Amino acid sequence: MRSVRRLLAASAVLALAAGLTACSGSDGGSASVGPAPSRPDVKGTVTVFAAASLKESFTELGKRFEAAYPGTTVTFDFGGSSALARNIVSGAPADVFAAASPATMKTVTDAKLTGGDPTVFARNTLEIAVPKGNPKHIAGLKDLKGVKTALCAEEVPCGAAAATALAAAGVELTPATYEQDVKGALTKVELGEVDASLVYQTDVKADSAKIEGVNFPEAAQAVNDYRIVHLAKAPNANGAAAFLGYLGSADARRVLTDAGFQAP
Amino acid sequence: MTPEAPRTTTAPHPRGRRRPRGAGRAPAALLLPALLGLAFLVLPLLGLLVRAPWSALPGLLTGPEVWQALKLSLLSATLATGVALVLGVPLAWLLARTDFPGRRLVRALVTLPLVLPPVVGGVALLLVLGRNGILGRWLDAWTGVTLPFTTTGVVVAEAFVAMPFLVISVEGALRAADPRYEEAAATLGASRLTAFRRVTLPLVAPGIGAGAVLAWARALGEFGATITFAGNFPGRTQTMPLAVYLAMESDPEAAIALSLVLLAVSVAVLAGLRDRWMSTP
Repeated sequence: MRSVRRLLAASAVLALAAGLTACSGSDGGSASVGPAPSRPDVKGTVTVFAAASLKESFTELGKRFEAAYPGTTVTFDFGGSSALARNIVSGAPADVFAAASPATMKTVTDAKLTGGDPTVFARNTLEIAVPKGNPKHIAGLKDLKGVKTALCAEEVPCGAAAATALAAAGVELTPATYEQDVKGALTKVELGEVDASLVYQTDVKADSAKIEGVNFPEAAQAVNDYRIVHLAKAPNANGAAAFLGYLGSADARRVLTDAGFQAP
Repeated sequence: MTPEAPRTTTAPHPRGRRRPRGAGRAPAALLLPALLGLAFLVLPLLGLLVRAPWSALPGLLTGPEVWQALKLSLLSATLATGVALVLGVPLAWLLARTDFPGRRLVRALVTLPLVLPPVVGGVALLLVLGRNGILGRWLDAWTGVTLPFTTTGVVVAEAFVAMPFLVISVEGALRAADPRYEEAAATLGASRLTAFRRVTLPLVAPGIGAGAVLAWARALGEFGATITFAGNFPGRTQTMPLAVYLAMESDPEAAIALSLVLLAVSVAVLAGLRDRWMSTP
């Protein structure tokens, strides 16, 4: 897999070089498709490592980016932020890294592998996920004490956020399980094995057929910042810069908001 | 674990002490891949030892949660092996000694959990034995007992994944054992159950032992079915593999330390059983 990616990255660099020599002088700024202008120097494959919770929204953003920049292909590696950060430190050839927590981004900045300062591009807050119709009438964190609850393990970002929110509310909770990721906590509600779980608003939104979310005020104290950065050793530096630029556009912002993210 | 164990140990006729050696040395075409294969299996484990934070190890391993996880792992793996023995040996006997329509299909079904990804097993268990499961719903309604998120749930998940190993081992041992001993017992007036208890069981005891060790080891390493069906709660359902996985998310050094403990337990078990079941002639 890695060698395939390396091959793709190498061909992207070649394509980029060819594009630069061919198009020196003329700037194709007028031939814009979509919201962002298409630029001849943005070509080839852009490899984006992104937190698992960004899967739905980033897949959509990738399609729109490709339409705006013809000749580009965006490939994603979605996974746990900490695992992705480990891969980057071990030399995975990525152009862009989007992390769900400051700690996982720090792994990469500490290794001096970032090509600039990470910027916050989205925020996600916690919600109580309950089955459709809220059969246990849960209205806030205190109501979780009497029911079976799934939390994320504190080792992963959603678990750390849950612990902060519960501490802010002064609620001491013994959950039925500490799930290894946020999707695990959500599935346990969907299957009816637990009565409620603490997950991100975006997860509730992505699963709105079976799940509904209950807001609680303490969520404001445990907001999760999503940071993005282009990597120092990016095989496609122009593509990385263009992707980051596109993320700031109104078009991209709308996709993120529709998925349930908040603006920074 | 060597999957050869059951077969080699149940061979009733001892082979000669001296193994016939081929003429000359091993050809390079075989020796080279063999050495590569050996390195492939051993190097990652050596890497674990090399990268282990030896100086920080006492601090990392004396936390109560480590012993909690290890105790739970040993207990649940042993209980799961017990379940596998009680249900698996009769099942193996049924497959090896009786003939009924669809026997081949049943055998295939029994081995299915061997090749099934354990996570899929966990999902399946959840759908059947979960609080809202096909059977679990009635269990909850009648007795108030729910299996997910309990130590019993861990045992169930581990037994589901580990029992096929035992069944296959014991079935192999039964097929290798001479059925004429049982027939002789029957002609002397023993019922089929008595013959099973007094003749068959002692005959295939090494095979049962080897199968039990395989099942125990598989249960000890179980991760996917456990975290899916039983969840993860320290002291109740967090076994060692779950602890290793979660430690890897935040503290790789702790994960290495925990892995060392599991490695040590595995080596100790292999060493302890070496003479009894794991030796090849």
